[in-house]
Amino acid sequence: MAEDQQDTQERTTPLHEEHVALGANLTGFGGWLMPLRYTSDLAEHRAVREAAGLFDLSHMGEIHLEGAQAGAALDAALVGNASAIGVGRARYSMICAEDGAVLDDLIVYRLADEHFLVVANAGNAPRVAAELVARSAGFDTVVTDRSDETALVAVQGPRAEEIVASLTAAEDVDTVRGMKYYASAEATVAGIGVLVARTGYTGEDGFELFVPADRAVELWRALLAAGEPHGLVPAGLSARDSLRLEAGMPLYGNELDETTTPYEAGLGRVVKLDKTGPDGEPLPFVGRAALAARAQSAPARVLVGLRGEGRRPARAGHAVVQRGLDGAAGATVGHVTSGAPSPTLGFPVAMAYVTPEVSAEGTQLAVDVRGRAEPFVVVRLPFYKRS
Amino acid sequence: MADFPENLRYSAEHEWVDDASPATIGVTSVAADALGDVVYLELPEVGATIEAGAVVGEIESTKSVSELYSPVSGTVVEVNQAAVDDPAVVNSDPFGAGWLFKVDVTSRGELLTAEEYAAQAG
Repeated sequence: MAEDQQDTQERTTPLHEEHVALGANLTGFGGWLMPLRYTSDLAEHRAVREAAGLFDLSHMGEIHLEGAQAGAALDAALVGNASAIGVGRARYSMICAEDGAVLDDLIVYRLADEHFLVVANAGNAPRVAAELVARSAGFDTVVTDRSDETALVAVQGPRAEEIVASLTAAEDVDTVRGMKYYASAEATVAGIGVLVARTGYTGEDGFELFVPADRAVELWRALLAAGEPHGLVPAGLSARDSLRLEAGMPLYGNELDETTTPYEAGLGRVVKLDKTGPDGEPLPFVGRAALAARAQSAPARVLVGLRGEGRRPARAGHAVVQRGLDGAAGATVGHVTSGAPSPTLGFPVAMAYVTPEVSAEGTQLAVDVRGRAEPFVVVRLPFYKRS
Repeated sequence: MADFPENLRYSAEHEWVDDASPATIGVTSVAADALGDVVYLELPEVGATIEAGAVVGEIESTKSVSELYSPVSGTVVEVNQAAVDDPAVVNSDPFGAGWLFKVDVTSRGELLTAEEYAAQAG
């Protein structure tokens, strides 16, 4: 029954006392002490699918680039085409090493013509900030890591728009309600100036609100109170993980790391090998040569979705094997990167890297769950898509 | 920390056992809370001979897997099929409807009183 030991060196977010007061079960994640669950993983998961959930994401990193060449600097630093992002819009992107390894997956927001916000994963944020500083040398831009002064809370679920709109200043309500997916705007919510983004990691509609750290508690309490009549509950990392898994979204450290390329992860579309500068010339970026070579050849392994035919869930690290005669385990063909019983679908789901030969939809495989071959079948991602 | 029923005895691995014959065995509220929502139970088979302190099954939650130890030695005479079918009962009523299996006891392991268990688990 051993739980992860709580490391006293772990950092806490501006909302830590709120989590403790709510009776959260806390866990270490990316160097932070975060709420794993408040009451029940399943109840929190279902609340997000059916009503709304409130998440503290203040462990994420917020790195700002400002200046005339902020976009050009990001074009050179990331695999995507940041300068093509419209003001008020956002894109999913990645930062890679020279050899094409994924250092982190990111969301890039263009807040103004000469102002970008890069949101990085908690454990990677210091490194991403350092890389962005290094890669921006020679560009007319200033890179500022504002992670410490910025808190981030997410309201996710079908009732999210109602809840956020109910707290939004009258003059901003139309902006918030009319906001498209992967758009952002400044707005006054609960009397606090925040950056509202229609983004998320749950497969539901929802908003992420960037708020000054010293106003985070105020915003959190206002959202909890306004959301309660709509069925909103605070939700922890456990629900966040099962929600994103159902939605087929990769988690850095599981589906993505320095040993994976975007192509293996099925995310080759975010790599803009042929992006060009203002002069129309091909634009070099860190990792381009290695990624161009990878794009030419079929990847040695492919990220797939697996649906369990039994009840036992597969977990990260379990071997994916061929299904032998009489249900015995055959040769190893891959490994599970994430796995859980799907609360929404009622059967085990997993993501796994497998060899291309066994990656076709419908391929019958098995996962070695502690010595027993449990039947799984390859399915299309995502497992869950909101209707 | 929650109160633990006085009439039960407890193992350091968070199982409880009553003093009836056959004895009923389950996991404590501490275990249930630490695991999170239980979604899958692997219990010993009826007729199996089990040893105190040995692994006899698994409890799987949304987030993790734990081994189930038997606090007693003997022969399994019944398993809680209702809990296998709907493992959420282990969370909602770990000392009652969420019991796991019953054993004809030949000997008991080193067990704790409710007070001793509370001191250790708290």
